[in-house]
Amino acid sequence: MSRPLIDPDRDLGVPAPGDLRPRKRPRPSAAQGGGSPLVYVGALVVVALTLGPVLYAVLGGFRTNAQIAESPAGLPDPWVLDNYRRVLTGGTFWRYALNSAAVAVITTALVVVLGLMAAYPLARYRFRGRETLYVAFLVGLLFPATVAIIPLFILVTRDLQMGNTWWGVALPQAAFALPITVVILRPFLMAIPDELEEAALMDGASRVGFFFRVVVPLSGPGTVTVGVLAFVASWNAYLLPLLLLQGDMKTLPLGVADYSSQYSSDAAGVFAFTTVAMIPALVFFLAMQQRIVGGLQGAVKG
Amino acid sequence: MTVSTDRAAGAAAPSAPAAHPGRRRRSGAPGGALRTALEVLFFVGPALALFLVFVVWPIIRAAQFSLYRWKGFGPLTDFVGLDNYSTVLHNEVFTDAFTHNLFIVVGSVLLQMPLGLAIALLLNRRIRGQGLLRTIVFVPYVLAEVIASVVWLQLLQPEYGVIDSLLSSVGIAGPEQGWLGTPDYALWTVLVVLTWKYLGLAVLLFLAGLQGIPTDVVEAAQIDGASWWQVQRWITIPLLGPTLRVWAFLSMIGSLQLFDMVWVLTGGGPANSTTSMATFLVTEGTKRHNYGIAAAASVILFVVALVFALLYQLLVLRRDTHDRTRLARAGGGA
Repeated sequence: MSRPLIDPDRDLGVPAPGDLRPRKRPRPSAAQGGGSPLVYVGALVVVALTLGPVLYAVLGGFRTNAQIAESPAGLPDPWVLDNYRRVLTGGTFWRYALNSAAVAVITTALVVVLGLMAAYPLARYRFRGRETLYVAFLVGLLFPATVAIIPLFILVTRDLQMGNTWWGVALPQAAFALPITVVILRPFLMAIPDELEEAALMDGASRVGFFFRVVVPLSGPGTVTVGVLAFVASWNAYLLPLLLLQGDMKTLPLGVADYSSQYSSDAAGVFAFTTVAMIPALVFFLAMQQRIVGGLQGAVKG
Repeated sequence: MTVSTDRAAGAAAPSAPAAHPGRRRRSGAPGGALRTALEVLFFVGPALALFLVFVVWPIIRAAQFSLYRWKGFGPLTDFVGLDNYSTVLHNEVFTDAFTHNLFIVVGSVLLQMPLGLAIALLLNRRIRGQGLLRTIVFVPYVLAEVIASVVWLQLLQPEYGVIDSLLSSVGIAGPEQGWLGTPDYALWTVLVVLTWKYLGLAVLLFLAGLQGIPTDVVEAAQIDGASWWQVQRWITIPLLGPTLRVWAFLSMIGSLQLFDMVWVLTGGGPANSTTSMATFLVTEGTKRHNYGIAAAASVILFVVALVFALLYQLLVLRRDTHDRTRLARAGGGA
C-alpha cells in the first residue's frame, strides 16, 4: 500500500472555525479503541492532576490556616465561610473585578469594531496597496507587546497622560490584538457571496450601506471568535497593567498577585481570593467554550 | 440567511484569501477612484491609526532608545551607538536569562509533546464523559498565568505546602528552601507549572488534528490486522505531523516571551536562576530606569524570536508546504 493520499487542504488536520462541535461519529470506528478499565484509570489520573490544584484552592478557601498547617492535604473540617465572606465583602475584589471588566469590554469593543471595519476593504475592495496594507497588519503578528513594553509605558504615561486609566491599557491591548483579528476576519468577509453584494448594489445600496446592512449581520461567527479571544487575553493580561495601573485602578491579576505577596502567610485567604478571581474566567469559558476552541484552532490554522 | 452564515463560517480556510482580486468591477463613474479612496480611509483609517500609534511607533522608539544612554528624563542626547547591545550581551544575567528561555523552549516541547499526544490519544478513544474530559483538560489553559502561579506558589510552599507534605508521606523530603527557593530546582519547577498550565492547549489542538484524520485509512489498516498501537504509531501520529509542528512553533514563540509566571513564582530568583529575557528587560526598565539597556534587550529578544521563526519556517514547516504541493500534484496526476 502506498502513502495515503489525503486532501491537501485537510492535512493541517484542524477544522475551520465554526465547524467545531465535537461530533458523534455515526459509525463507531474501532480505530479509536474502546474504553477498557485501563483507559478510565488513565483518564482519572489526568483529571486528578489537572483539576487537583484548582480544587485544592477552592477547598483551601473553606479551611482555616490552622487546618491547612496541621494537615496540608486534608479536607475542610469544619467548613469555614469566613475567607470567602471577607473577600466578597472587602471591596477591593469588586473594585479590581470592575476594572478588569471595563478594560476587557473596551478592548473587545475596539478590536471587534475597528477590526471588522479594517477587514472589509481588505477583503472586498480593489485598490492599489491593498496587499501592502494587509501585509503591514500581518507583520504586526511578529511583534509581541513585550518587545515594545518600555516605549509603550512612556507613551501612555507621559505623552498621552493616560497612565492610570482603563483606556490607557485598553488602547494598546486592542492595537496589539488587531493583526490576528484582521487575519481571522478577512477570509470570513471574502466568503460572503458576490451575488449578495451585486443584489444590494442593484437595489441602490452603497458599499458602505452594504457593510452595515449585510456584512455586519453576516459576520457573526467571525466577530464572536475574535471578540472572545480579545476578551480572554485582556482579562488574563498582566504585564501591561502591571506597568500602567496602580492603587484603585488595578485589575484582578494584579490584585491576586498583590494579595498573594502581601498575605503569603494567610494561605486560606489567598486561596479564597484566587478562587473568586478565577470564577469569572471559568464561567465565561464554559459559556463560550466552542467559540474559544474554534478561535484558537482557527488562529493556529491561519 | 442561515445558509449564507454557515457558508461564511465554513469557508474561513486560508485557501480562500487572495483568490479573486479581479472580480470587483471598476467603478466607471468620474470620482469613483476618489470615492473608493475615501471609503477605504473611512474603514481602515481608525484601525490603522491605532496600529501606528500603539504598535509601530513604540517599536520604532524601542529601536531608537536602544542607541542612547537614557534614564528616562530629559531629551535623548547621550548617543552611545551599539554600546547598550554590547553591555547587554556581556551581562551574565542576560545571557543566563537567554539560556533559561532556551531551556524552557526545549523542555516545554519535550515534555508537552509526548504527554499531550498520550492524553489526546486517550481522550480520542470512545469513552464515557468524553466531552466533559475535554473541558476539564482545558481548564488550566483558561486561567490567567498569574492565577495559576499564585495557586502553585501556595502548593509549593516549603514544608507546609501540600506537595511537600504529600512527598514526605512517601518518604521524600523536599528541599529545605522549597522547590522554588533552591537554584538547582527552581527552573525545573517553573517548567512543571508551565506544563500544567499549557498542556491543555496541546491536547486540544492534537485532538482536533486527530479528528481530521480520514477514517478509511485507519480502517484499511485494521482490516490488514494492525493493532491499536500499530495504527497510532504508523498512521495516526505521522498524519498528525503538521499539527504537531504548528503547535511546537506556537509553544516556542510563547516560551521565548515567558514573563508572567516567572515574575509571580520567583521574580527571577533565587540568585537569578529563573530569569527570562522579558523579566530582565522589565527589571532594567522599570526598576533601574536603564531605558537604553532595556530597549536593547527588547530588540535582541525580538531578533531572537524572528530568527527562531525564520529557521523553523525554513527547516521544519517548509516540509509541510512542500509535502502538500507534492501530494496535490500526486493527487492531480492520479
